[in-house]
Amino acid sequence: MTTALAATEITPKLEATLPGCIVESNGNTVVVKAESLHQVASFLKTTAGLDFNYLNYITAVDYQTNFEVVYYLTSIEHNHDIILKTRLIDREKPALASVVDLWKGADFQEREIYDLFGISFTDRPNLKRIFLWDGFQGYPLRKDFKP
Amino acid sequence: MALKTETFILNAGPQHPSTHGVFRMRMTLDGEVIQDVEPVFGYLHRGVEKLAEGLAYPQDIVFTDRLDYLASMTNNQAYVVAVEKLAGIQAPERAEYLRVIMAELMRISSHLMAVGFLLNDLGAFMTPLLYMYREREKILDLFDMVCGQRLTYNYMRIGGVSQDIPEEFIPALNKFIDSLPGFIKEYDQLLATNEILLVRTKNVGILSKESAINYSTAGPVLRASGVKWDIRKADPYSVYNRFNFEIPTGTKGDVYDRYRVRIEEMIQSSSIIKQAIAQLPSGEIQTKIPRILRPPKGEVYGHIEGPKGEIGFYLVSDGSANPYRWHMRPPSLINLTALREMLIGVKIADAMAIFGSIDICVGEVDR
Amino acid sequence: MATLGRSIFPLNFHPAILPPDWPAGFWSHMIIFVVILFVFIIIMAVAFIYIERRVLGRFQIRIGPNRIGPFGLFQPVADTIKILIKEDIVPLNADKIMHLLAPAVAFIPVVMIFAVIPFQNGAALVDLNIGIVYIVAVSSVSVVGMVMAGWSSNNKYALVSAMRVIAQVVSYEIPLALAVIGIVLFAGTLSMNGIVQAQNIPYILLQPMGFLIYFLAALAEINRTPFDLLEAEGEIVAGYNIEYSGIKFALFFLAEYTEAVAISAIITTLYLGGWKGPFLPPVLWFLIKVFAVFFVIIWIRSTLPRLRIDQVMGFAWKFLLPLALINLLVTGIQVVFLPDISQWIIVVMNIVLAAVLVFLFSRSFRTRGDKIEAQ
Repeated sequence: MTTALAATEITPKLEATLPGCIVESNGNTVVVKAESLHQVASFLKTTAGLDFNYLNYITAVDYQTNFEVVYYLTSIEHNHDIILKTRLIDREKPALASVVDLWKGADFQEREIYDLFGISFTDRPNLKRIFLWDGFQGYPLRKDFKP
Repeated sequence: MALKTETFILNAGPQHPSTHGVFRMRMTLDGEVIQDVEPVFGYLHRGVEKLAEGLAYPQDIVFTDRLDYLASMTNNQAYVVAVEKLAGIQAPERAEYLRVIMAELMRISSHLMAVGFLLNDLGAFMTPLLYMYREREKILDLFDMVCGQRLTYNYMRIGGVSQDIPEEFIPALNKFIDSLPGFIKEYDQLLATNEILLVRTKNVGILSKESAINYSTAGPVLRASGVKWDIRKADPYSVYNRFNFEIPTGTKGDVYDRYRVRIEEMIQSSSIIKQAIAQLPSGEIQTKIPRILRPPKGEVYGHIEGPKGEIGFYLVSDGSANPYRWHMRPPSLINLTALREMLIGVKIADAMAIFGSIDICVGEVDR
Repeated sequence: MATLGRSIFPLNFHPAILPPDWPAGFWSHMIIFVVILFVFIIIMAVAFIYIERRVLGRFQIRIGPNRIGPFGLFQPVADTIKILIKEDIVPLNADKIMHLLAPAVAFIPVVMIFAVIPFQNGAALVDLNIGIVYIVAVSSVSVVGMVMAGWSSNNKYALVSAMRVIAQVVSYEIPLALAVIGIVLFAGTLSMNGIVQAQNIPYILLQPMGFLIYFLAALAEINRTPFDLLEAEGEIVAGYNIEYSGIKFALFFLAEYTEAVAISAIITTLYLGGWKGPFLPPVLWFLIKVFAVFFVIIWIRSTLPRLRIDQVMGFAWKFLLPLALINLLVTGIQVVFLPDISQWIIVVMNIVLAAVLVFLFSRSFRTRGDKIEAQ
């Protein structure tokens, strides 16, 4: 059975290495600040005992006041998982650091989020729309999208 | 005087007999060797995730059929597993066993198609494909017997399954399952030692273990690279922890290993079905759920092992009858991320074999 | 080698001799039999298309076409009508003259092969005394037609295919010619009719390795599975004839099947004893053997997947060519040093030698299939 790692196991280690990055945590979800996302992700991947080397998926949700980007990480070796989230307030030009250098599987999924939500990911090659054609105006999965 | 060569761009365009649907690969070629590949898709994007936000939870089951239309049962199962986790509903035992039987039958059918089409791409001109289809027809007839549909079943419901199996189902299923391992063995004998097949598939399209994990691949692609990760064993759902089965893994992660993993998985699936038939209890097939299902506020990620990989649904509920966010983890799309690395430096003929071995379904890639 | 007896085809003619009972003599019977031969070729090619579809269907546990006419016998008629009424599309930037001439250049040499094939004792259109050399020479010209098609279509797929064609056909010419020389050494003559007459034992027994080499090289020449990567549907979508439609495409298609007929006929003549056989009239034996060879060709097509281009080339240069040279050497030794020995001893020698050599050579190409253990 994959253990859903409690957030309380991770938060102390995170606070020790990267203080001030956690916004809230409950259950097995950890919400971090957008600026520190890449460092937190890197910490989760490389720390022994955590070893989150498998990224199940990335997705985004539009909560009208903010965007929330969700990362679901699993460790194949230890068979535990955790949910990592971050919130973006800016609705005009939301931007986030890309995790493609940590998990290459994030490539197409980040492009999908850019395509459907408009969230740009920095430091990655070839960020362009993946499903809709290049000249498409608007971002369909936003709640305020008018076709 | 040095020989000057130029690369040229070849478009394995959306209409192509080998690309398993509307999928486009822009290949930059130097002679016969591929220098760069850019997969382009989105030709089948229907905006399912947005559409699903406008319908109630039970109505969204219909959408799941059409995502990976070659393996509808497992899509249904993934969705109802996620919703049941969110709403705290438990399906009755008989329904769970029926779900397992249908899902494993679906896995066999999908792998039959995958192997058949792989061999078709290698050039065996439809003969192995048609042999596989003969067996698949039997499976589709079984599904027809149960739910009246051959392709998009819409069989699973939140809290159970929609219909009970008729009387003639179990004898027909037994007949099919008994004949399947013999058929696979015979088929395998013809192919596994065929020199041409071996030479075309061994050491072609190798994906190393670390790469496979890093690319988030799942399903047979991941297992062929040597990673023993199957959601049915790692995070069991439904009643899978009551069955004895093994997880075939490969060693090298080439096209041949993926082919072998699929063949072995079919045999394991038929063993699971046998055990499920033996343990099938009687009882109800659906728990009572409210007419308009309003799950409590929250979010959930429910995942299962589909034939092409890990299918999961991420649902966010705001307490109303419609989901606030409806997202599917598409195994085909994520497996495709590894395509570029596997194709660089390879000849065109191998490109089609590698692409066929990943086994995608465009309905799932594009949603 | 004049022949006697009734024959419906012209006698083995020498230009100076005019057949006595034909009005207008030499030219009239030449023209009439050219027409008959041409009709025969077209009918055989079309029949082969139909037979292939039915037999392939049986291999794939389905019935082939069976709607049009009894047993689907009018299917080729329907196909022909369909293809002839299609619009002839020429791409905008194509080289117009080459695009127009390519199908003709591909088709005509194949038809010319039939001029020297003997249907009965002495019954060939022209019994050239350099028959087999003529065949090998003429069949190479059709490659030029395919390359013209690939180039003039202004399409990258076609170009890739044209390059593959050149590589493949040229490489396989050499083992083909070398295998044929083995036959010629045994028969002592280059004329096709002479080769048939010299076969007391069919040469397939006397030259088993030569037969295998010739058969495989011929399969590669006519672009059939497992060497059909030139029109690999999955990869380069029909290859060099991708931009052709209508009657030009029909000519390419027909050329491929006519080549199959030609190869079957040549293999029958060289290795299976041509028109020789008891009881039935010789023409019938010839046709039976041609169909048998074609059946084996279809069998191979329905069973085996296709090879990659570098594997095809490796096969020609590293496998077939050394075997062909060894075959030639052994044949030469047998002809020179053991000319009077009974032929059956040579049969046994050659079969054993072929088995040993094929076994040894295939060892060096072997890839093993391992089983994955479920853990």
